[in-house]
Amino acid sequence: MTAPATQELNSTETAEKAFVHAEGIHKRFPVHGGILNRVVANVHAVTDVSFSIARGETLGVVGESGCGKSTLGKMVIRLLEPTEGKVYLEGSEITGLDHKQMMSVRRRMQIIFQDPYSSLNPRLTVRGLLKEAIAFHNVVTPDKMESYIDELIATVGMRPESKDKFPHEFSGGQRQRLGIARALALKPEFIVADEPVSALDVSIQAQVLNLMKDLKEQLGLTMMFISHDLKVVEHFCDNVMVMYLGRVMEKIQSDRLREQAEHPYTRALLGSNPIDDPDERRPLTVLQGDVPSPLNPPPGCPFAGRCPEVQDRCRTEMPPLEMRVNGQAVACWARM
Amino acid sequence: MWSYILRRLLYNIPVYLGIILLVMLALRVNDPVTAFLGKNATQEQYDAIKADFGLDRPFYEQYASTVWNIVTLDFSARSWEQKRPVGELITTAVPATTMITVPALMITAAISIMIGLICSFYRGRVADKTLMLLAVLGMSVSFLVYIIVGQYFGGYRLGQEAGLVPFDIEGYDVRLSTLTFWASSPIEAVQTWLQYCGLPVLISVIVAMGYDTRFYRAVMVEETGRDYITTARAKGAGSRKIMFVHMLKNAMIPIITRVMISLPFLIVGSILLEVFFSIPGMGRALITAINAKDFPVVEYMSALFAAVVILTVILTDVLYAVVDPRVRLS
Amino acid sequence: MSETTQQPILRVRGLKTSFRTDRGTVTAVDDVNFDVFPGETIGIVGESGCGKTVTSKTIMRLLPERNSIIDPSSEILFDNLNLATAPETEMRKVRGDRIAMIFQEPMTSLNPVFTIGWQLDEALKYHTKLDKKGRRDRAVEMLRLVEIPNPEQRYKEYPHQLSGGMRQRVMIAIALCCEPDILIADEPTTALDVTIQAQILALMADLKERLGTSILLITHDLGVVAQVCDRVIVMYAGRIIEQAPVSDLFKRPQHPYTKALLESIPKAGKRSEDGRLPTIKGIVPSLFELPKGCRFQDRCPFKEQKCVDIEPDLTAHAFDDRPVRCHFPRNQEVDLTTGATG
Ligand SMILES: Nc1ncnc2c1ncn2[C@@H]1O[C@H](COP(=O)(O)OP(=O)(O)OP(=O)(O)O)[C@@H](O)[C@H]1O
Ligand SMILES: Nc1ncnc2c1ncn2[C@@H]1O[C@H](COP(=O)(O)OP(=O)(O)OP(=O)(O)O)[C@@H](O)[C@H]1O
Ligand code: SF4
Ligand SMILES: [Mg+2]
Ligand SMILES: [Mg+2]
Repeated sequence: MTAPATQELNSTETAEKAFVHAEGIHKRFPVHGGILNRVVANVHAVTDVSFSIARGETLGVVGESGCGKSTLGKMVIRLLEPTEGKVYLEGSEITGLDHKQMMSVRRRMQIIFQDPYSSLNPRLTVRGLLKEAIAFHNVVTPDKMESYIDELIATVGMRPESKDKFPHEFSGGQRQRLGIARALALKPEFIVADEPVSALDVSIQAQVLNLMKDLKEQLGLTMMFISHDLKVVEHFCDNVMVMYLGRVMEKIQSDRLREQAEHPYTRALLGSNPIDDPDERRPLTVLQGDVPSPLNPPPGCPFAGRCPEVQDRCRTEMPPLEMRVNGQAVACWARM
Repeated sequence: MWSYILRRLLYNIPVYLGIILLVMLALRVNDPVTAFLGKNATQEQYDAIKADFGLDRPFYEQYASTVWNIVTLDFSARSWEQKRPVGELITTAVPATTMITVPALMITAAISIMIGLICSFYRGRVADKTLMLLAVLGMSVSFLVYIIVGQYFGGYRLGQEAGLVPFDIEGYDVRLSTLTFWASSPIEAVQTWLQYCGLPVLISVIVAMGYDTRFYRAVMVEETGRDYITTARAKGAGSRKIMFVHMLKNAMIPIITRVMISLPFLIVGSILLEVFFSIPGMGRALITAINAKDFPVVEYMSALFAAVVILTVILTDVLYAVVDPRVRLS
Repeated sequence: MSETTQQPILRVRGLKTSFRTDRGTVTAVDDVNFDVFPGETIGIVGESGCGKTVTSKTIMRLLPERNSIIDPSSEILFDNLNLATAPETEMRKVRGDRIAMIFQEPMTSLNPVFTIGWQLDEALKYHTKLDKKGRRDRAVEMLRLVEIPNPEQRYKEYPHQLSGGMRQRVMIAIALCCEPDILIADEPTTALDVTIQAQILALMADLKERLGTSILLITHDLGVVAQVCDRVIVMYAGRIIEQAPVSDLFKRPQHPYTKALLESIPKAGKRSEDGRLPTIKGIVPSLFELPKGCRFQDRCPFKEQKCVDIEPDLTAHAFDDRPVRCHFPRNQEVDLTTGATG
């Protein structure tokens, strides 16, 4: 692994040192209603998230459905505009760049979407799909186009004749490979992988994860890897950021996650994941209740309503993300 | 809900005023008096008529008085042609039209929903294929052919000659438009209704059914694939319960939409039917009035149609909320 | 458990289900044999499309009659009835009352236009003699049993007013309200978050304990299987390929597919040296182009000529009494913490 294991996760870390850096980003989606269709409420999808990813590092983002993972991923590469906050790429701010300036940056940052079925245009062949992106950004000269496409297809481990097929002719795992090929087509340096293996069967999941791992190493990619599967994140990422209802609960190195994670929510996540060993059965951690609505997030810690260690203070005041020695950071009053 | 309805009504006031304005302006593109009298009238006749019709007033005054009359439900303005109040005309025409449109609408909907359900249940089997073929055949024949063939066979050959069906070729009994008739001798009323309205209703049902069954079949086929159907079956529900309770209630939104949007078409259709079957309804009255350049009748009737359409749209939205708990009126 | 002394309540023999499709008739599951004993939890695992749902829906006879064919020689013996051939009227008495089922998508499995109470009431109406008041009380009691807060209030609410986890609880309440002998749960937690999955699994385990229901749990999550099942059935391309008590299966998987499947999941808290996962090469064969011999042959590292020529039966091998569908079954311990064979 190229990423330094002791990578500082401090959000106050200077933006220059990190390859990708986000500083206090928020996303609120307005909800319209009433007679004049005014904004009556906001969905607080992402609230005050900061992080840094060093070159070559993979940051895992985990959390339950609707906690803002995809929204965050899209904001980082500016497919969505943050409501507040700044995103930096190699020290220069990309939030606020205009459309034209964004073009060259966009090429360097790509996304692999969650759903291998709907994210590929069904009317284009694989060649068409790849060509579209390549030509738009002038990645290679037209005469080199064909050989470049062949190379890409080989890179993701598919047969050359796949070029003339349509997305529906492929299996889920192959389609996800195509999604990866499309993301790689522009020779990006940074990739947001939004649940790239969630829709796949275990045996195919392993194939795709291995492929991504190889590519990451060969091409020196920096990644943000979104998932709701802790085991996959632990396996694939250097650092993990745990989110709950749009906020960061904990950041920790992934090889320390299982033993050293401190936040009650992270612990609950670990405890509610069944272990693949029937002889080590233990009662699963069962949290009461459901995730609160992002429409009216509670004033204090968003986890307070389900937390086994809740204190009075938790219900009224959001705990700060407190730094620990190893670059671990925890936002919890019970852990101050 | 009432506040919602009120709000919707308020929103539609400007729309409604606009419609009346447009109708009145359109009628006045050519001088209505000349249109009414023809080219050979003398200046005195012309002036007298103009004053009589109230057309000597400035336009905004005419518009204001029409609107005011409609708002106060004052339909005493006189028809130019028939020299009687428009209100009288409307009160005789509306029931006659209702006698045809309402049963036609309800029967069409009921039968086609039924057929749609049956077809979706037997999807791909002979029953489904036959019914759908019939629907396509039915759709490919013109309305006029149905009327003419229907009158000839239904009214003349089978009705008058053979006496097998209780249909007349044409005509109407004004007693049908009175409540007293229906209340005092209901059996005779139904017979009379069948005699005069049975055939036109039957024809409009047949005409609309091809389109409607195909639509409802598509709706029902979509519903049969839903997960909740499997859940219901897993609970032990029988096919009838699933079709008529689970599916039907879920299909209410498309059904209501369909019934409501077919209303304007039904009104147009009733114009044809009323003309061919000599039924003194709204459609025929409107056509006669347009041909006779009888502008007050055209104006008030258009206003009435517009009101019906606007109310239907509002009613549709209210019904959505009634049948589907997920729809909220706001 | 004491299955040896007990009679199975459900006995499936030679189950075969085909579908008529545009490309011809395709057999989705074939030669499926298993027993369900009272009070046990059986897991059915396998990749997408291997026939898990078809198997369970065949037992319940919930497949669309339009294009599915249950082979007349199939036997699904339950309570003196052969469910494979029983008339629909008999099936309706079994469904929801003796065998109940819950599904993967809690968001769409409930009818959106009826209240929760109505939907519980419906099941009780079909299978109990309770009066209106009695059914209502029973329904509220069931909602309380599946730990829905405020059951009286929820009884009057519609599905869209509930979260996914709550809806799955309601589905469980509906399924269990007539105290069935068997609950078939087709991926009941796949669409839910882990913390909600933990709630549902705990709930199911608790209810099973209290009501003595046998559970047929369909899933593709081996972790869930390890957590809650007593016995496991592994399916591949429409066939059962291995059947075993849960800890035997995890410790000594005999079929090469089972073994590879267990190895390919990332291990909790462990990373292999090179950061790579063992994989199974290739993909599942299409049901239209099944090979003559073993269905796993193209992906199997232990394939020999015999595998290409002859399809193996689901039989026990010399070293064990567990049924495996493989000519050359493995007989090695797997270290579950690293996934390596020792
Ligand atoms: N365009 C949008 N308009 C309004 N709300 C939105 C929009 N996109 C997302 N949201 C809301 O923002 C919140 C976060 O959504 P997001 O898709 O980022 O979650 P996620 O963590 O990716 O979930 P999942 O695991 O289900 O993909 C959710 O409550 C979602 O409903
Ligand atoms: N109604 C149907 N018509 C035609 N083929 C079908 C039908 N239902 C299922 N099949 C086929 O039968 C096979 C088995 O499907 P099944 O739904 O049982 O898979 P599964 O194991 O439940 O997979 P998953 O994990 O994706 O739910 C598949 O190949 C599928 O395409
Ligand atoms: S029968 Fe042969 S090909 Fe099939 S799983 Fe066993 S060893 Fe592999
Ligand atoms: Mg997402
Ligand atoms: Mg399934």
